[in-house]
Amino acid sequence: MYKQNYLSKISYKKEIVPGIFDMRVVCKEIAQQAKPGQFLNIKCCEGLTAILRRPISICDIDTKNQEIRFIFQVKGNGTKLLALKKVGDNIDILGPLGNGYYINDQYTNPLLVGGGIGVFPLLMLIKSISSQNSTVYLGFKNKEMVVLEKDFHKVCSNLQIATDDGSYGHKGYVTQLMEKKLQKDPVDIVYACGPEPMLRLVNNTCKKYNIPCQISLEQRMGCGIGACLVCACKIKTTQDWEYKHVCKDGPVFWGNEVIFDD
Amino acid sequence: MTEINMKINIAGVEWNNPVVTASGTFGFGREYGEYIDLNKLGAICVKGLTLAPRQGNQPPRIAETPAGILNSVGLQNPGVKYFVEHEIPFLKKYTSKIIANISGNTVEEYCSMAELLSDSDVDLIEMNISCPNIKEGGVAFGTNARTVNSITREVKKHCKKALMVKLSPNVTDIKEIAKAAEDGGADALSLINTLLGMVIDINTRRPILANNVGGLSGPAIKPVAVRMVWQVASVVNIPIIGMGGIMTGEDAVEFLLAGASAVAVGTANLIDPTACMKVLEGLENYMYRNNIKDIKEIIGKVEIN
Repeated sequence: MYKQNYLSKISYKKEIVPGIFDMRVVCKEIAQQAKPGQFLNIKCCEGLTAILRRPISICDIDTKNQEIRFIFQVKGNGTKLLALKKVGDNIDILGPLGNGYYINDQYTNPLLVGGGIGVFPLLMLIKSISSQNSTVYLGFKNKEMVVLEKDFHKVCSNLQIATDDGSYGHKGYVTQLMEKKLQKDPVDIVYACGPEPMLRLVNNTCKKYNIPCQISLEQRMGCGIGACLVCACKIKTTQDWEYKHVCKDGPVFWGNEVIFDD
Repeated sequence: MTEINMKINIAGVEWNNPVVTASGTFGFGREYGEYIDLNKLGAICVKGLTLAPRQGNQPPRIAETPAGILNSVGLQNPGVKYFVEHEIPFLKKYTSKIIANISGNTVEEYCSMAELLSDSDVDLIEMNISCPNIKEGGVAFGTNARTVNSITREVKKHCKKALMVKLSPNVTDIKEIAKAAEDGGADALSLINTLLGMVIDINTRRPILANNVGGLSGPAIKPVAVRMVWQVASVVNIPIIGMGGIMTGEDAVEFLLAGASAVAVGTANLIDPTACMKVLEGLENYMYRNNIKDIKEIIGKVEIN
């Protein structure tokens, strides 16, 4: 059996905050296979405008209804066109792609850290973790941009929100919440997804407290399956470093193998 | 339905059909082998190889453009020796012909690679003298008729396989370059490589590609490619592999009519992993619809006004 792309029907669509769309599609095959941290490569329109697919992380799966949920922010041409799609329309999806988060029952005390549109894949992750002792810190620009608070609350009691301007929750970055926690209360793994400056800080903090961490990287992507080699990221080797690829080798990597350029 | 013959012959190598992958868009075939039956391809042209392994350029390496993409991968590859030892055995499992694409910084590097590959199981060697994404060599060899002639002549001495020269569109007169390659002993030509381009992010005021400039491919360049294939076909007697923005069987037919004997699918692979199969089916459908029994009947059959 060969892998394939799937024409999937949109079953739900809502603009949850300005410019951010919550979308669900029905696709049995993807719903059965998807793991937390994996992504979809989505064709936003037919024809030659926005010709490339757009990589969008999987936010949640409803296996009973064979529904895949993804949330995206309108950033350019492709996402603008995707946001115009209506419930009942079909979209061409390749996926699930990439390697998701490493989940293991040995981790009884995990910490999940998300920033901005990086919070979405963490929802499926927290639902997949068996530990009842998880902590989630989510960071947003301001109160208006806070999303998925209820969804996370349902599955995690240790949830804290931070906003850059202090208009909601903790004032400042999620990494400050993280640092404060780790000073008194160690965790056994950190899972993170968010903008690169946040990931750097998460990575450095984990190094300081000697905690393993898994971070999800982002890069401009082409094929999504590891052939075109455009989505390069620097990964340590025993000797030096090499360019691996976000789509096939990631998007999730161990923090201690990632090199962020200055 | 009547039988159609899709077989073509490129420089003494018989292909089951004229559809080949464009170098750099198909890796070494492994990823796409999970989506399509690689046996159904006429040939597989692999990711560009260099003598020593290369890390390639800093990311971002891709930017979308109207009906196209701009890339600057910079020939990230594990080196020709690794290819011979680890990738050819995989590719040999399929009936498709194998084309190795080589790039060098110096004439000597091209010659060493041609020698190494001459003793391997590849069927054809594509000499890339048109890569816009590396500092030395690459396109520098491909934009001057005299250098094209001398490098082709030199590499040919070290090459026991059929040698195909991949031409750059970033030249004033593609016919002159094509003839220089043919005179140098090229057994076939492939064209076009990407057009040098640039995309600027107006908010950051910086180019999107870390390398600032890169190679433009996709449907946006198709008319340029068809025109160049037609021009080259009018002046050379060796087979041409046409490429540049082929997304459908109809696109492929245009290239064949213009004078290409085979067609390479590139950018389309990045969008649809089954693109090559769709181009092949579209090509076959065109033949059935128009009652063409042999693909060779349409090669170069454009009727010029």
